[in-house]
Amino acid sequence: MAKAKTLGMMGDFAVAEAAKLCNPDVIAAYPITPQTIIVERLSEFVADGELECEYICVESEHSAMSACYGASATGARVYTATASQGLALMIEIVYITASARFPVVMTIANRALSGPINIHCDHSDAMLARDSGWIQLFAEDCQEAYDSTIQAFRIAEDKRVSLPVMNCLDGFVLSHSIEPVTTLPIEDEETLDGFLPIRDPLYKLDVDAPIAQGLLALPEFYMEIKRGQQEAHLKSLSVIKEVIQDFGDRWGRYYPVVEPYQMDDAEVAVMTIGSSTGTGKAAVDELRAEGKKVGLVKLRCYRPFPVKDIQAALKKAGAVGVCDRAVSFGSTGPVYADTAGAMVGRGGPLVKNFIIGLGGKDITIDTFRTMYDNLYADLAKGEIEEPVEWIGIRGE
Amino acid sequence: MTIQDEYRKKGWKNLPPGGIVDRPATALEYKTGTWRAFRPIRNKDKKICQNPEACLICWALCPDAAIKRVEPNELEFDMDYCKGCGVCALECPLKAIEMEQEE
Repeated sequence: MAKAKTLGMMGDFAVAEAAKLCNPDVIAAYPITPQTIIVERLSEFVADGELECEYICVESEHSAMSACYGASATGARVYTATASQGLALMIEIVYITASARFPVVMTIANRALSGPINIHCDHSDAMLARDSGWIQLFAEDCQEAYDSTIQAFRIAEDKRVSLPVMNCLDGFVLSHSIEPVTTLPIEDEETLDGFLPIRDPLYKLDVDAPIAQGLLALPEFYMEIKRGQQEAHLKSLSVIKEVIQDFGDRWGRYYPVVEPYQMDDAEVAVMTIGSSTGTGKAAVDELRAEGKKVGLVKLRCYRPFPVKDIQAALKKAGAVGVCDRAVSFGSTGPVYADTAGAMVGRGGPLVKNFIIGLGGKDITIDTFRTMYDNLYADLAKGEIEEPVEWIGIRGE
Repeated sequence: MTIQDEYRKKGWKNLPPGGIVDRPATALEYKTGTWRAFRPIRNKDKKICQNPEACLICWALCPDAAIKRVEPNELEFDMDYCKGCGVCALECPLKAIEMEQEE
């Protein structure tokens, strides 16, 4: 695999190829649509002798994450994937893995949570885990899902971070769509030419140097331990940026944590997360051709939340609409809540929330046109009349 | 110094990562006897469990291994770890153990 090859690959295949390249020691996974193809493909690699790895077929996602936790405790490189109900079922151990500071890379092929039962894309599954302590990255396209998988292992296993990473790609929109994906030109597969060294754990289960982990911590210690966890998570942002830079310098593809698109002179802008970014950029190009100064900000890294990068990207716009493919019932979309918190009291743009694409509802260029129109109307009035708008649903 | 005392002196910046304890078997230092509301005492009228015929049912059933065999058939309560659950008193076939309220 010395030469880079550009192949037509579904998002799930691309992620499986990337995970294989990173040579995990342990994979513990349970199939669930639309992620199934990833772990199916990896099991084929193992069965065909292309990947030497302990592949644990578990009886549920709760067991999958429990096995990942245990494997990571020994210092192994660990991978899994899930979606929707699978993530909901494993959530107990998802939290515990982050608090133990155990690196695990998990792909989420984003799919709406039940009910009603639905298999299509939205981000309600990942948002269920937003407070779990995992780093969360969202991919715009299949190439990014491939590259992000490789970056995720490096970020997770960096001793300064030592946290699990959730790599999100939109279910079906990316997981089942064939796009050109360029593989990495790797000579030394053991360390990916030095980009991904063998894991050197922060601490591990070792009979010669025993420790106790997974302990009870009552009020005397719990809050101190959580404060330490928060510090590690907040500090991971600089490591994420470092890894993005190193990856880009080696292979020419850069994915900033926050990516402004046509923002220099944008009067109104939307902020997107995941695959709708591509549609949004196409809408920006169309509207710009019509003379409208619109822009877009892509949020790639949702946790840790890159407050300063977002402030810098949005500060010059007149009105900003934050797009959420999830909703916190009784409140707003989660990305909006974070963004509004980052922008409050800074005299910056008007900020509002668009709820879009729940349960696979199509997000088209017209969806973006509607949002930009609404933002222009708010900008003309000088205030946001309706802070949360659901776009693209039937009314009466 | 127990591990708890040692860690109590550390702020959040200096505690080990991930809530670990960096040496094993420190649970021994955690004296759960302080949780006790009732303490087991030998029934003074019944000497039987101090006899060589002791049945060891209490010793076998104590969930905290807080009943020790000091001699092959001589039993002693380990009050550092006895939580006062009363299983020994309930199970003793000769009713040789009673539970008494802690002061």
